[in-house]
Order: sequence, then structure tokens, then C-alpha cells
Amino acid sequence: MASLEINSLVKKFSETTAINDISIRILDGEMVGIIGKSGAGKSTLMRLINRLIEPTSGSIAYNGIEITSLKGKNLKQWRSKCAMIFQQFNLIDRLDVLTNVLSGTLGINFKLLKLLKIYSKKEKIEALTYLNNLDLSDKALQRVGTLSGGQQQRVAIARAMMQNPSILLADEPISSLDPKNSKVVMDDIKKINKKDGIMVICNLHSLEIAKEYCDRLIGLSDGKIVFDGHPSSLTKELAEQLYDLENE
Amino acid sequence: MNDSLLKRHITIYSEQLRSRRLWNIFIILIFAVSFFMSSSIIDFNLSQIIDGFPRLSDYIVKILPNLDINLILENSKTEGSIQYWYFNFKKYAALLYETFNMAVLATLMGFIFALILSFLSAKNITPNIYSYHLVKRILEFLRGVPEIIFAILFVWALGVGPLAGIIAITIHTTGALGKLFSEVHENADLKTCEAIRSHGGNWVSEMRYGIIPKVLPNIISYALLRFEINIRASTVIGFVGAGGIGQELYLVINFNYYEEVSAIILLIILTVITIDISSGRIRQKIIGEMGV
Ligand SMILES: Nc1ncnc2c1ncn2[C@@H]1O[C@H](COP(=O)(O)OP(=O)(O)O)[C@@H](O)[C@H]1O
Ligand SMILES: [Mg+2]
Repeated sequence: MASLEINSLVKKFSETTAINDISIRILDGEMVGIIGKSGAGKSTLMRLINRLIEPTSGSIAYNGIEITSLKGKNLKQWRSKCAMIFQQFNLIDRLDVLTNVLSGTLGINFKLLKLLKIYSKKEKIEALTYLNNLDLSDKALQRVGTLSGGQQQRVAIARAMMQNPSILLADEPISSLDPKNSKVVMDDIKKINKKDGIMVICNLHSLEIAKEYCDRLIGLSDGKIVFDGHPSSLTKELAEQLYDLENE
Repeated sequence: MNDSLLKRHITIYSEQLRSRRLWNIFIILIFAVSFFMSSSIIDFNLSQIIDGFPRLSDYIVKILPNLDINLILENSKTEGSIQYWYFNFKKYAALLYETFNMAVLATLMGFIFALILSFLSAKNITPNIYSYHLVKRILEFLRGVPEIIFAILFVWALGVGPLAGIIAITIHTTGALGKLFSEVHENADLKTCEAIRSHGGNWVSEMRYGIIPKVLPNIISYALLRFEINIRASTVIGFVGAGGIGQELYLVINFNYYEEVSAIILLIILTVITIDISSGRIRQKIIGEMGV
């Protein structure tokens, strides 16, 4: 079975050690929640997996292929294989929904024509299908900046799906959403995990949601793993330590 | 507040005032000294200016048209009519059109070159630090040299005519807009760029979808402003033989065709005003509506 294997991963910034000797193995089809205080290193871990930043040492391998040494075309291919969605959505606000979703194909199939917003019919149909699955097809030609936060995050999910990813990395996907929209977005992510069998790694701020949606939780504190297991085996003390509940 | 405290405040205040006054006197002295030093170097004296004034007004009176209120609407054969004053109107119009086209072409080409170079010379998005420094220096050179110098150069190399002017203004525009554009990019939020990189998108895609949609309204607005400047530049540049209405103005000034001088200047002023107003309107509209 395909898997993502992280071994002795370290990432140092000038002063802080954001990731401090982490080793994990995540199997295809798992939905993993990464939990921990702000500054624990959750975002850094995602960015390392997507190779938006370079590790200081250690290895990341997918299906036995070392990721940390990929270059050029192979690196771009890897990035498109592990799609990413962000807390702030990071969409192109001034452009329409459809173009935003289509921009997800820039990595897997770059063509000069795409710089003129010309995409193939097949890709457009695919984009509209994803939008339709997320109940957004009627918004296809609307400008992204005019949508609500929840709708924008679902556009970002559709954009991620255009990459035909093997892994979906979600960095605090619901932190800027209200409870109702949070549920819709998490349901959509769960559906992608269950129906399409895509590995999901999700940084979550809310322990409740993490417990509700994930089959496995990984607790990070100061760049180290302090918990790895089924949500039910997370003790109250550890949870309090992880989230610093007394201060909230 | 008691009396002693009040007194203290007043003394402190007047002390501050005194020291500030001393500073002011010192600064004025420095200005005065540098003024006299620099004016002696360039041989600047007031009497020369005062002597010159009557001559200046003489010239203005000379170039004013002889309009006769009773004959003002007569045909071009009658002295005193507007048509007589503007007997050469067709030629002026053609030359103004040429000047306008010079500005349009030069602004468009300068815009394209500036846009391409600006991505390389914006610190936050440049693909590597060497191209950043190289392109930045190139842009500095391009805008550091005035259009008129480039124009003289190209008139000499390519001959008299609008082509020299277009190239000269294009070069200067590239430098000026390139700097402004890269500053706009440097203020742009890079979140969208990061998202596109996370899809595996290349640098060009990042620029196209991460930067351009965000900065375009700003950039267009700068370009239209530059267009207004270039209208004036393409007029002046004609003086060195680089085509357009300026070349004709230089001619009539040199041949002392007095009335034609005022006719042309008036036309230029009207054109510039019209373009300033309409481009201002267009700028406002574009900022609200663009989605590229
Ligand atoms: N680009 C960076 N430069 C320097 N320090 C960074 C950078 N990114 C993250 N860090 C530091 O690394 C640590 C982990 O950050 P992050 O991964 O964003 O935490 P989390 O997402 O869990 O809140 C923090 O101490 C943060 O200040
Ligand atoms: Mg974070």
C-alpha cells in the first residue's frame, strides 16, 4: 500500500527549530489531523511535505520515492500530486471562480495558452463537475472576491481536486469560517477522503472537530510529536497540554 | 496650576523658542550662502531678468493673432478671421495626430517592456538576485537619461522623423514605468503566488495568476498617467527633429512665423487638457471594473 514516510525530519529557521526530529508513516486513504498550539510547527510540516520550503535534514518519501531531492519538473509534479488548501484560501480574488479552479491544472499540464485564460474543454467540464459536487456550479462565473468565506474555501477545494492529487494537505481550512460553514467544508473534505480514497492531512485548531472527522490524530508540541493515535486514546491531560486550554 | 510651575513652563518654552529661532537663522544663512554661491557660478543676476521682461512681453504680443471682431468668422482669405490665423489647420491636425500616435505607441511599447522587466526587478518575486540587481540598474539608466538625449541620438542614427521620437520615449517610459511597477509588485501579497507554487505552477504562472490580477488596476493607472506625460514629451521631443507637432513648432519659431506660433501652442494646450481630463476619467473607471 502506498504511503508517506517521514524520517528524522528537522527544519530550523535562524533561531527556532520548527520541526525537531519527526518520524511518521501515513497510509493511503487515512485522514490524519495534526493538532497543537499555535507555533507548534503544523504549517511548517505541511510546507515541508509540499516542498514549499526545504528541510534542514531528514527525509520524506512517497511510495519509496525520496521527495526532498526532487528538482525541476519532478518537483512540480510532486507539488501537484499533493494539493494544498490554506486558511486564507489564497485564491485569485479578482478573477472568476472557474478560472480559479482551472488554475489548479497549471502544475500538471502547463501550456502557454493557459496564460491567456484559455483552457481545454475537457478541463472546463472537469472543473464544472467539481464545482457541481460542491454545490457551487451556479457561481462559476462570479468573481471570487464576492463569495462568502465558506464558498471561497470550497472553490479552493475544487481547485485542489483539479490537480488529481494523491494527498490533500489542508492548513487550518476552517479557522476563518463560522461554525456552519466549517461543517460544510469539513464534510466536503471528509467526502474526498472516503469517496476518492485520497490521503488527507489536516491542521486543525479545534480539537472537537479533529476528533469528529479524523481517524488518527498527531499531536505536535515545539516541533516534536507528543501524541500519535486514535482520537479516543487522547487523554484529557494531554489534550489540555496540546491546546493550552487553561489560557483560552 | 500654581504660579511657580507656570513660570517654569514659560521659561522652558521661551528657551525652546530661542534655540529653535537660532536654528532657523542658521538654516536661512546656509540657504543664503548657497544661493549666492550657486548664482555666481551660473552668472545669475536679477538685472538680466528684469531687462529681459519687456522683450518677453514684446514676443508674446508679436505672436498673438490679429483678430478683428467683425471679421472673425470670415474665410481664410480675410485677415483678422480665425480661419486666416489657422490657415494651416489641416497640417497642424495631421501633425498633432502624429504626436498623439507617437505617445500612444511609445506608451504601449514602454508598458510591455516595463511590465516584463518589473517582475525581474521586484525583490519579493524576482527569480534570482542577480537578475534583480542587473535589471534594476538597467531601469535606472533608462529613466535617468532624459528622452531628449535619446531623441538626439536616434535622430542622428535614424534620421529626422517620428521613429526616433517613438524609440526615445519608449526607452524612457520603460525605465520610469518599470520602477513604479516593481514597487507595486513589492507591495503585493504573495499568498496567491504560494498557492500556485503549491499546485506545481511555474514562475510565469505565479506572475500571471498570482501577481497580475492583483496589481493590474494600479499598473494601468500609472500607465495612463505616463501617457499624459508622454503627450507632452512627444511634443517637446519634436524640437530636435523627432517628428510631430513639436518639429513644426520649432520651425515656425525659427522662421519667425509669429502668428503660427500662437496657433500651434494653443492647439497643443487644448489637446493636453482634453487628454488629461479623459484619461483621468478612464483611470477611475478601470480601477473599479477590471478582471484579467
Ligand atoms: N519563514 C519563517 N521564518 C522564521 N521562522 C518561522 C518561519 N515560519 C515559521 N517559523 C517559526 O516556526 C515555528 C512554527 O511555526 P508554524 O509551523 O507556522 O506553526 P503553526 O502552524 O503550528 O502555528 C514558529 O515558532 C514560527 O515562528
Ligand atoms: Mg499555522
